[in-house]
Amino acid sequence: MASTITSPAAADDRVSARSIGARLLSRPEIGSLVGAAVILVFFVIAAPPFRDINNTGTILYQAALIGVMAVPVSLLMVGGEFDLSAGVAVTTSGLTAGLFAYQFSVNVWLGVIVALALSLAIGAFNGWLLMRTGLPSFLVTLGTFFILQGLNIAVTRLASGAVASNSISDMDGFGAAKAIFASEFKLGGVTIKIVVVWWIVFVAIAAWVLLKTQIGNWIFAAGGDAAAARAVGVPVKKVKIGLFITVGFFAWFTGMQLLFVQNGVVQSGEGVGKEFLYIIAAVVGGCLLTGGYGSVVGGAVGALIFGMVQLGVVYAGWNPDWFKAFLGAMLLLATIVNLVVKNRAEAR
Amino acid sequence: MTTTESFADEASTSPNTPIVLLEDVGKSYGNIQALRGVSLSVRQGEITCVLGDNGAGKSTLIKIIAGLHDYTSGRMSVNGEERHFGSPRESLDSGIATVYQDLALAPLMSVWRNFFLGNELTKGPFRQLDAAKMKRIAQDELTKMGISIPDLEQPVGKLSGGQRQCVAIARAIHFGAKVLILDEPTAALGVNQSGVVLKYVVKARDAGIGVIFITHNPHHAYLVGNHFVVLKLGRVALDTHRADITLEQLTTEMAGGSELEALSHELREINPEVVVDDGQKRQEGT
Repeated sequence: MASTITSPAAADDRVSARSIGARLLSRPEIGSLVGAAVILVFFVIAAPPFRDINNTGTILYQAALIGVMAVPVSLLMVGGEFDLSAGVAVTTSGLTAGLFAYQFSVNVWLGVIVALALSLAIGAFNGWLLMRTGLPSFLVTLGTFFILQGLNIAVTRLASGAVASNSISDMDGFGAAKAIFASEFKLGGVTIKIVVVWWIVFVAIAAWVLLKTQIGNWIFAAGGDAAAARAVGVPVKKVKIGLFITVGFFAWFTGMQLLFVQNGVVQSGEGVGKEFLYIIAAVVGGCLLTGGYGSVVGGAVGALIFGMVQLGVVYAGWNPDWFKAFLGAMLLLATIVNLVVKNRAEAR
Repeated sequence: MTTTESFADEASTSPNTPIVLLEDVGKSYGNIQALRGVSLSVRQGEITCVLGDNGAGKSTLIKIIAGLHDYTSGRMSVNGEERHFGSPRESLDSGIATVYQDLALAPLMSVWRNFFLGNELTKGPFRQLDAAKMKRIAQDELTKMGISIPDLEQPVGKLSGGQRQCVAIARAIHFGAKVLILDEPTAALGVNQSGVVLKYVVKARDAGIGVIFITHNPHHAYLVGNHFVVLKLGRVALDTHRADITLEQLTTEMAGGSELEALSHELREINPEVVVDDGQKRQEGT
């Protein structure tokens, strides 16, 4: 940026244009990128199977399972909210599609569509209740989390008599749906799951929306200073409700992936605790829990770190018990880095 | 108030008709009269300073013009037309922009994103943000007003208080403000920063904007003001042109003049040992 100085008094010689390096360092995802590089190098050295190109597909798959949901969760966090019900909402969606198709003996796609409608409605409900009451998102979504967790098990048991949905793998439309949500293909000898491709597409679209569109600008403003945003005409409530609906959409997609990758069966107790993994991916990726700052690409890198560590520990032949401890340490480190970044950005 | 009347007469005959004209405007909340018989005119290219102590009715006055509250008596006309604003949006649409003390800027967002927040420029079929154009316009607008911000990508939170104030004002002007209400823009600033903002207020005036400058600092008001309105307990205590008043008079009027004298007398009576004459104190000190 060329600094145009016309007024003699206005130029402040203490302020100099920032170098490319400084600007790069101020990107939200930089911390996670450095972290990912370090972890990559570490496991390449420590775990021989990590070097095997065939395992790359598996690592990316692990990352995508968290990464797809990390996309809307990152957006939501930039918008100043978070969603504790995101993990079980995925299961709700998968169960709904499976149970609906099986119980009413209809085409699988009808179940898929009903699940989509329900997932969007759950997101809209979360957002609407939050905006309506002004309560913190922690409380509202904690409530939804328990409601969904309970309903998942109770309704499944009522409908199928067991704790899992009935298999729909032999029903009409299953093959086509599986091809879209849970197929795989070979790319130069590496097996790539289709969800990895979807993940990359979602990240690209969401990153573009966040950084390059008016909606993105509004998301940053709604999370950064809701009152200020409202004062200049940003529809803050609509933006936030929209973000929760986006979480609903991705919960549906992930739920479908879950349903079709498991041959049409979803366990009703699944998903509990996943919401924290999504939040960790977003925070490790540079999103501030308080909103107004963050990146979708960062959330994706956070998910990649998750995938690399989870499989790296296994490939290195270590006890996987260590994994959670590492995850927690990672989260703390990322939070501290973010805090420093925020303080520097807000320093007068 | 003879000055008020003479001013009102002049307002009606002046070739430069006021953009905003308040005549005998009052506002009561239940049985409390926050504002009584206030007359005020804002003309293009003039700075009207509204001074007053806390509780004098400054905020109520701004809120009426900014569309946050309606008035209960008198008449407010904008561009010669009687108006009752139902919302801030109506006031904005009439070309009246208010820059409040909290500025309505998101601290973690970049300068250019803040500048265009809510009014983003887009291009192409996908309505992508036209970042280059927005940065160029923001830079031009800021430069025009004599503020240099070398890197528009830096977050607004990194700017000084004065710079932030200027960004908020520049934004209001760029988006078509004819009247600019500045709510205590220098209250939280140091001397140098206040200077930057005051210079900027003058630039806004020179750009043909009618400025209402709310302050409780008579020194700042006298540096830039074309005319001065002092509010006291919801009434206009003084309404005068720059030519008819000196800084000393304004300061005295603002500080409460005779009231201050009475207060000093009272304090002396309470404890003569502590409150002593300045000269005496100096002698004792040395």
